[in-house]
Amino acid sequence: MTTTTNSTRLICTVCPKGCRLRVTEHGGELRVSGHGCPRGETYGKIEVANPTRVLTSTVCLFGGLHPRCPVKTQQPIPKYLTRVAARALDGICLSAPVEQGQIVLENICDTGVAVVATRTMNPVWEPETREARIDDAAKSAGAV
Amino acid sequence: MYDLIVIGGGPAGLAAAWAAYESGLRRILILERDRELGGILNQCIHNGFGLHYFHEELTGPEYAQRFVEMLRKTSVEVLLDTMVLEVTPRRQVHLLNKTGGYQVLEARSIVLAMGCRERTRGAVGIPGTRPAGVFTAGTAQRYINMEGLMVGKKVVILGSGDIGLIMARRIILEGGAVLACIELMPYSGGLSRNIAQCLEDYAVPLYLSHTIVEIRGQRRVEQVVVAKVDENRNPIPGTEFVLDCDTVLLSVGLIPENELTRQAGIQMDRRTGGAEVYENMETSLPGVFACGNAVHVHDLVDFVTAESDRAGRAAAHFVLDGANSPAADAYALAAGDGVTYTVPQRIRRDTDERAVDVFFRVNRVCGQSRVRVLSGGETIAQYKREYLAPGEMERIALPKKILDTVGEPTLTVCIEEVEAQ
Repeated sequence: MTTTTNSTRLICTVCPKGCRLRVTEHGGELRVSGHGCPRGETYGKIEVANPTRVLTSTVCLFGGLHPRCPVKTQQPIPKYLTRVAARALDGICLSAPVEQGQIVLENICDTGVAVVATRTMNPVWEPETREARIDDAAKSAGAV
Repeated sequence: MYDLIVIGGGPAGLAAAWAAYESGLRRILILERDRELGGILNQCIHNGFGLHYFHEELTGPEYAQRFVEMLRKTSVEVLLDTMVLEVTPRRQVHLLNKTGGYQVLEARSIVLAMGCRERTRGAVGIPGTRPAGVFTAGTAQRYINMEGLMVGKKVVILGSGDIGLIMARRIILEGGAVLACIELMPYSGGLSRNIAQCLEDYAVPLYLSHTIVEIRGQRRVEQVVVAKVDENRNPIPGTEFVLDCDTVLLSVGLIPENELTRQAGIQMDRRTGGAEVYENMETSLPGVFACGNAVHVHDLVDFVTAESDRAGRAAAHFVLDGANSPAADAYALAAGDGVTYTVPQRIRRDTDERAVDVFFRVNRVCGQSRVRVLSGGETIAQYKREYLAPGEMERIALPKKILDTVGEPTLTVCIEEVEAQ
């Protein structure tokens, strides 16, 4: 994205086409050109006024095939919160089974947006004392 | 005897198996070397998948799970942790796993969906010492996203293809620093979407027309030496600068995995690194089909699915309705001016498709252009494009009605730039 006095050039990411957009300000209103569809026009305006992103990352997982479970924010969150939100995930430790779509964190960084698991992770073994093991795993993952 | 054996349980194999089942085949077996289905999608935890196919924006694991769930409701069998050692021209599959040992299975049809592998440091010959901390970007992705291991703290990425861009963002989000993305060519190899959301969003410096000329470090990477390159991609003396880092990620190309294909004596295309295929994804060996990254390296999994769907349906058609017409009754597709390769490389004259999807890549960045299909010097079809880049695979649909008018045996796809970028 490059911004000059009152216009911004950016690449639309709504579909793989990647139209080159130009967003200019005219008397308090944003106008978009270069879009190939109406969704791109909307994207251009939002991207300049209040950019948002879906955050995708992983969280600690215990008892599954892998020690990490991939997650995402259910909706895009303000772009400037992305790194802070990534840190907010550090403290989460899940225990298999986890269902795809299951909420792992409500209202990340006060955005009202939930974080959900993006794959189902089945348990590969049954621990004796789950609570104790979860605490251990959380400590070794650096979370408190 | 199986109706179909699919080699590879990633997005290509899953889509082919599903399409074959939908088309009426019942004894289908997927052979997968990893512990789970999903292939590379399991480590691609970012979103952007499925925009074309599902009209939704999914992450890699979600895209894979859609197909796995569809297949669970079918009679399709799966063997995990299973390595295929050989595919013979008579369609026997030699495989090995812990539970069954060495087995030889026979199939009426086979789909090759082995995917691709990454180019390594040895293959690109980066001089210097050999310290720990040099990884291919995909390996780093697996370590971070699935194994829960952080590869390093101060990272330099060589190559601006999609994997490099995606990993730049991933490393920063996991608390690491990405000092630079170094790209040999004067343009980036990745999707525009990834340049925007990975490099620009995180202010990662992108050095175009540069390369790493030396890796330094005793036990662990300590520094890289970066230099600008000239039009012939040779380092320019005097332009070197040093970056202090502890990790180098290589995103320097993907190579279709075709040991099995070559061993079976199947005709290969040197430009794609994959098998030569007909419009229905059949290879030079009747009843053996190929799809996905094993045929040519894709940018979008949606295109992999479309291609693999064709392969699966064609395998079913082969088993249920008998063999296709021989090679003589096919057009050859040639890559003309501006085009690196096309897939398919051959189109049968009597194909049932109403339109044949032709995928291709351009060999340079182009602005507003016309994609032309020529036969005997005449344009039989043309398509407008706003922007073309080598890193973004293109698709055109050639209507059967137009193909039927062609007498010459060769069709050429070429690019005519109308307005430079």
